[in-house]
Amino acid sequence: MDLYFLELFFSGLTRGGIYTLIALGYTMVYGIIGLINFAHGEIYMIAAFIGLTFAGIFSILQFSLISILLIAVFFAMLFSAAYGYTIEKTAYKPLRQASRLAPLISAIGMSIFLREYVILAQTPDFLAFPMLFGDLELPEFMMDFIQPTETIIILVSFFLVGILLLFIKHTKTGKAMRAISQDREMAMLLGVNSDKIISFTFMVGSLLAAFGAILISAHIGQINYNIGFIIGIKAFTAAVLGGIGSIPGAALGGLTLGLIESFATGYISSDYEDVFAFGILVLILIFKPAGFLGKKEHKKV
Amino acid sequence: MTNHPVLSVHKISMRFGGLNALNKVSLQVFPREIAALIGPNGAGKTTFFNCVTGIYKPSGGYIELNGPDLRPKRINGLKPNLITRSGLARTFQNIRLFENMSVLENVMVGCHCRTTSNFLNAIIQTSSFKKEEQGVIEKSYELLKLVGLQGSANLSAKNLPYAEQRSLEIARALATEPRLLLLDEPAAGMNPQETTKLDQLIMKIRERFNLAVLLIEHDMKLVMRISDKVFVMAQGEKIAEGTPGEIQNNPRVIKAYLGEEVDVVS
Amino acid sequence: MKLRIIHSLIITFWFMLLCFPLVVLKIDYLEKSIRFRWINLFLTGLCVFFISLLWRYFLSRRRKYFLRLPEHFFDLHQSRLIRSKPFLFIFSLVFLSLPLILPNYHTSILITAMIYVVLGLGLNIVVGLAGLLDLGYAAFFAIGGYSFALLNHYFGFGFWASLPIAASLACLGGVLLGIPVLRLRGDYLAIVTLGFGEIIRLILENWEAFTKGPSGIPDLPKPGLFGIQLDFYSSTIYLYYLLILCMLAAILVTKRLSYSKTGRAWVALREDEIAAQSMGIDTTKTKLTAFGIGAFWAGIVGAFFASKNSFVDPSSFTFHESAIILSIVVLGGMGSILGVILATMILVLLPEYLRFLESYRMLIFGAIMVIMMVFRPEGLVKSVRQQYDFKNLK
Ligand SMILES: Nc1ncnc2c1ncn2[C@@H]1O[C@H](COP(=O)(O)OP(=O)(O)O)[C@@H](O)[C@H]1O
Ligand SMILES: [Mg+2]
Repeated sequence: MDLYFLELFFSGLTRGGIYTLIALGYTMVYGIIGLINFAHGEIYMIAAFIGLTFAGIFSILQFSLISILLIAVFFAMLFSAAYGYTIEKTAYKPLRQASRLAPLISAIGMSIFLREYVILAQTPDFLAFPMLFGDLELPEFMMDFIQPTETIIILVSFFLVGILLLFIKHTKTGKAMRAISQDREMAMLLGVNSDKIISFTFMVGSLLAAFGAILISAHIGQINYNIGFIIGIKAFTAAVLGGIGSIPGAALGGLTLGLIESFATGYISSDYEDVFAFGILVLILIFKPAGFLGKKEHKKV
Repeated sequence: MTNHPVLSVHKISMRFGGLNALNKVSLQVFPREIAALIGPNGAGKTTFFNCVTGIYKPSGGYIELNGPDLRPKRINGLKPNLITRSGLARTFQNIRLFENMSVLENVMVGCHCRTTSNFLNAIIQTSSFKKEEQGVIEKSYELLKLVGLQGSANLSAKNLPYAEQRSLEIARALATEPRLLLLDEPAAGMNPQETTKLDQLIMKIRERFNLAVLLIEHDMKLVMRISDKVFVMAQGEKIAEGTPGEIQNNPRVIKAYLGEEVDVVS
Repeated sequence: MKLRIIHSLIITFWFMLLCFPLVVLKIDYLEKSIRFRWINLFLTGLCVFFISLLWRYFLSRRRKYFLRLPEHFFDLHQSRLIRSKPFLFIFSLVFLSLPLILPNYHTSILITAMIYVVLGLGLNIVVGLAGLLDLGYAAFFAIGGYSFALLNHYFGFGFWASLPIAASLACLGGVLLGIPVLRLRGDYLAIVTLGFGEIIRLILENWEAFTKGPSGIPDLPKPGLFGIQLDFYSSTIYLYYLLILCMLAAILVTKRLSYSKTGRAWVALREDEIAAQSMGIDTTKTKLTAFGIGAFWAGIVGAFFASKNSFVDPSSFTFHESAIILSIVVLGGMGSILGVILATMILVLLPEYLRFLESYRMLIFGAIMVIMMVFRPEGLVKSVRQQYDFKNLK
């Protein structure tokens, strides 16, 4: 196997890991309230800005690189969870009983609002993001095809997906989430506090996205207000590819999409990088809307 | 004449995952007949309607509709709109009106099943278009009068009281000029007076339009009063068929209803 | 009342906390400096406080009282004033003479507004009438603009020769997009159309050999007038009148379609797809006509837009553009023609004249979409179906 292939493979895994982290937010929210949370990509973007702000403060205070990284991740997660919670309460909760288009349009509005908010509060330009992984070293032979930051991203995202799966499977809250996603009314009859679980789902989704945001920003080295849009759509593609509503599906879809993109840009052309993702999205939705692991549903009359 | 059924269904089956919602159900409805389909909740009656009207694709069996020329036409596999055009119209158990359209327009939508002008005619407002449109208005208004809704013609459909919404569904279905009308629990949620009116309406419809009616109903008194023939379903199968009198005394039917709160022998 | 204020204060505090890192702090990473912008926090807090007071107030009486007065106020369909002859006469007179009185700059703004009205009407067919949420509508606008630009650039076609081609191509694009997405549910449809819109834009951006890429295509001609040479000033006025015609045509056609078999099928589809099918409506045909006719108008004004600016580039056709057009439809009231016009005035004209609002424009758009959905999903002008008269029937 040649090195170029391996390089593309690992860069695909890295992308896939990030897509997975964000796709989880889409998939969980969709599973629970059937809404495409359009603003999820913007949460990711805001998390990157929050991370940058705190990384900036603490690097000016001359903290060590590793503590800056941890602090940035911590605050990004904290704030994005709070944003996720607030967005749900303002833009979606009042619309529980509304028609299906209403929450979607509200979500689009929220997404536009958040982008503009960041443009106004910070800047429309690109900002440099500190390379928080610094001088990480890998064994010589690996350096040829994989960057140190890529290993971290891949490992962390696998780790987080594992934790999430365990959480959903074994904790009480996780079980409540599954109950609601299967039948909300039934779950509520059985005493599950659905509002609380929905808020919780938004928060978990948001903090996973925040994790992804810091990792990838530190890897790429710059951010702007627009980063959430494209990656949000791609993560959504990943969620749909894997079967929306399914957590292992999000991981599977994320990795598949990451690899396809990486190989397509590597071997075909990088001009049309985003077209590949959109093309896959359109094809999947048209030909196999249930994705890899989703279940097909009969419309009830 | 009477030996040609309008609708004949041959052993259709429908599965949902592991559930056999319909298992080889066959039945025939003849012209000008009022037939009833009864059975406990979950028996598969609505599913049967959905298969016949093309909303579900049955997993086995076939369905034939007699054309005006008395040649049977296979309709399974056709899209619902084509089935409607072949002369089958229905109402829904959980009312499905076009809520934000006016009452009149709901019926007009039904009429358009038989109109021919296209969108270009509408843009240019050709005289044939205008004539057709006027005809549709008149026909719809007639139908509203038939079901007693002429006074509410310009209201939004969602503002009608429940029982009137059911009548509107019937008017809308009639507007498609069916030869067989399928009614899914038309009396559900109606009080006794309203039910009596419905009775008369169904009889009147048959006389006026010369059509056959197949209705799903839980109100046994209504069924016994108006139907010529009764089919009984339970757990996805047809378990009996006969005149109302025969059905009342059929032991299988009584057994199927045991435990159900429906009073068969009234 | 007191409780309400306390509650709003808590919410304000919460939002200030949320906003703090982005609104107050500004880090310059390279220069290692932090700027504190406390004034922003104060202003944000003030806004949040009042908005939250209003929000909670209206939320508590949603459906019962909210916008009760405006509901009648905006009930313009039945308004005698608007339908009265003298009003219409004066209104049209003023509207027609505007470009002759106003400087060119304003005429140009009005042209832009009219372009948006037509776009709004077109999208209104797809989203408002047929209930198909299309997030990639700008793509058809782009197809219209680029068809004209490319025909002109490569073959020297003039505006009038290109217009029908631009419209047909956009219409075709609408139908072609429609075919694969027929089976999709509402929210999936939204995402696919969004993807489609982005694909079109990315192709325009990246296919440099053909489309000239991000730098766009310059030097496009204005519409000709029987070979008469028009200077810049009069050609703008000419364009203004052309757009009035275009807008009137769009209004007339939408209105006529809306009360025909086609339009009723659209609305029936929006209200209940299964019932619509059971009433003999061919959903395939109905959806495709909605996509096709909707895109047709975008194609027409796309060509006008390119001609007005003498220039097209991909940046005019981003997702933002689609979002603006969508918010026109949503704010105006889904399915309402008058609503589209009113919403365009608010969303397009107002920001042009309130320049200080310019940078807040998209922010406000976003907020409006959320607020409308929460408090008045039917939009400013509630679309009411036409009434019929039966007096001469009986
Ligand atoms: N779309 C569907 N998906 C899965 N199961 C269904 C669906 N529609 C009906 N069923 C099942 O089929 C059975 C028959 O239902 P139905 O035909 O509605 O009964 P009835 O109308 O006789 O009360 C029920 O057990 C119902 O749960
Ligand atoms: Mg039923």
